[in-house]
Amino acid sequence: MSLLELHGIGMEYGAIRALAEVDYAVAEGEIVGLIGDNGAGKSTLVKIIAGNFPPTRGTMHFDGRELRFRGPEDARNAGIEVVYQDLALCDNLTGAANVFLGRELRRRVAGLSIMHHAAMARRARQLLAELKSETRPEALVRSLSGGQRQALAIARTRLAAAKLVLLDEPTASISVRQVAEVLDLMRRIRDHGQSVIFISHAMPHIFDVADRITVLRRGRKVADKPIRATSPEEVTALITGAVERA
Amino acid sequence: MMPGTSEPPPVSFTRLRPASWQRRIPQTQTAYVGIAFVALIVVIWILAPVFLTPRNLLNISKNFSFIALMSLGETLVIISGGIDLSVGSVCALSAVVAMMLMRFFSATAASQVPGATLALAALLALALAALIGLVNGLLIARMRLSPFVTTLGMLSVARGMTYVLTQGRAQYPVGPDVALFTRFSNGAVLSLPTQLIYLLVLAVLMALALRSLVWGRHLYAVGGNAQAAALTGVRVPRVVISVYLLSGLAAGFSGVLIAGWLGAAPANLATGYELRVIAAAVIGGANLAGGVGGAAGAVLGAALIEVIRNGFVLIGANTYWEEVFVGVIIIIAVLIDQLRTRRVF
Repeated sequence: MSLLELHGIGMEYGAIRALAEVDYAVAEGEIVGLIGDNGAGKSTLVKIIAGNFPPTRGTMHFDGRELRFRGPEDARNAGIEVVYQDLALCDNLTGAANVFLGRELRRRVAGLSIMHHAAMARRARQLLAELKSETRPEALVRSLSGGQRQALAIARTRLAAAKLVLLDEPTASISVRQVAEVLDLMRRIRDHGQSVIFISHAMPHIFDVADRITVLRRGRKVADKPIRATSPEEVTALITGAVERA
Repeated sequence: MMPGTSEPPPVSFTRLRPASWQRRIPQTQTAYVGIAFVALIVVIWILAPVFLTPRNLLNISKNFSFIALMSLGETLVIISGGIDLSVGSVCALSAVVAMMLMRFFSATAASQVPGATLALAALLALALAALIGLVNGLLIARMRLSPFVTTLGMLSVARGMTYVLTQGRAQYPVGPDVALFTRFSNGAVLSLPTQLIYLLVLAVLMALALRSLVWGRHLYAVGGNAQAAALTGVRVPRVVISVYLLSGLAAGFSGVLIAGWLGAAPANLATGYELRVIAAAVIGGANLAGGVGGAAGAVLGAALIEVIRNGFVLIGANTYWEEVFVGVIIIIAVLIDQLRTRRVF
């Protein structure tokens, strides 16, 4: 039984078919690359999994239960976290504040529920240490590099103990060295037992880190195979349609 | 360490970081405005020794408390990334309504209970001010109207209502509780003016709330990146509504206090105060882009403006220059902040 299983997912916006009959599965502790040209249906699929909107048809199972998301909060509560391309961080807050944003630790003092700064700083430092990131939790996010920001965003998902993490173009617009850092982060959260869906245009990054690759073209899944059983050339051909299906 | 006595200490890059007080204090606009404030006081004191007499300081602290109180609320709004232009009008409306209600309740059974006419009048006036803030907040957070336009409209509505209710005539505190009203609004505790005490208590409460409550953290998050805050589960509309409500409440409270200080609530009370209030908040370090600001800054900014005003009078300088000077201070304060935080590309 896979962690996430989608069966016959279809999505239509009016007359436009964004996804057709997509079967999709993610096993536990697996990094799955999701690739496809613009308009292939990647973001639609991600948004369905993240609970942004329900599919027109098809069923989803997560962790053995059927899913009916009414909104992103349901997905988060079920254990699915999305790291958005723009990272959804607040520049004016510290790293620790961002990791805990919306999930602040509190303690009661004189009947008032106040934030537990020390505990949050400690836990954030611990999470970042687990990810082997050098990000300082007390530094303002404004002063951090792209890779360090990714580390914070990923630490957020660790805090939530998410079982499945969706990373939307995490290696876009960051430097080569930081890309290596981010790919390492992905391996680490996989080693901690989290599953990762890695959405990217960057073929080398997917081939570097993913265990499996899924290719979408024009709303259909045209390939889903172990990374070792394919090649960048074949995937390129699948994306462009030079090869119909593999 | 003496050379040659032991091995050199290991290279530690953490030592390159400035000490924690260095990293904190001069890095915020509030901090260097504070330093400028102290310098200014010294200069004025040298030029006009009468400045530091208790009598003059008392005057200053009363004058600036009204603006500073409103500036506390305004700072909350500015932290959220918005602006509240209606504070001056809300201040006036609340003041005249409080006076009219005092008159009204004096003719009812409430006049038999000591303090009742004052309590009812003041609470209802504050409730009205909070309600106006709530309407601002609802329009901005739920209907997605621009804060500038919404509160500009409310500036006009509240000022207009002030004139409609009073027909342009000043309102005076009347009834059995006038003496009590004066004591609460313009009295002294331990020789400190009550206005200043209200201000300091509220400023401390606000600073604590911003630092320790989840609400405070969420407010900064909303101002920093509202979309990110919403994605992480922060209830953005609720936070936004709360700050406009508090800003209205602060303006209303200030209005009631001004009425007590003046012994009257003219219909044109606090006209144009919104600009002074915003100026105080901005000088104190609140950033109109959102996400930055604090209670200390609001108090400091208001105090700075009042000290300049007072200094001009005491030194005998041409007071027409005062506004020019305040304007220059505003620009310099944000200019320094801009230069300090400018990114190196």
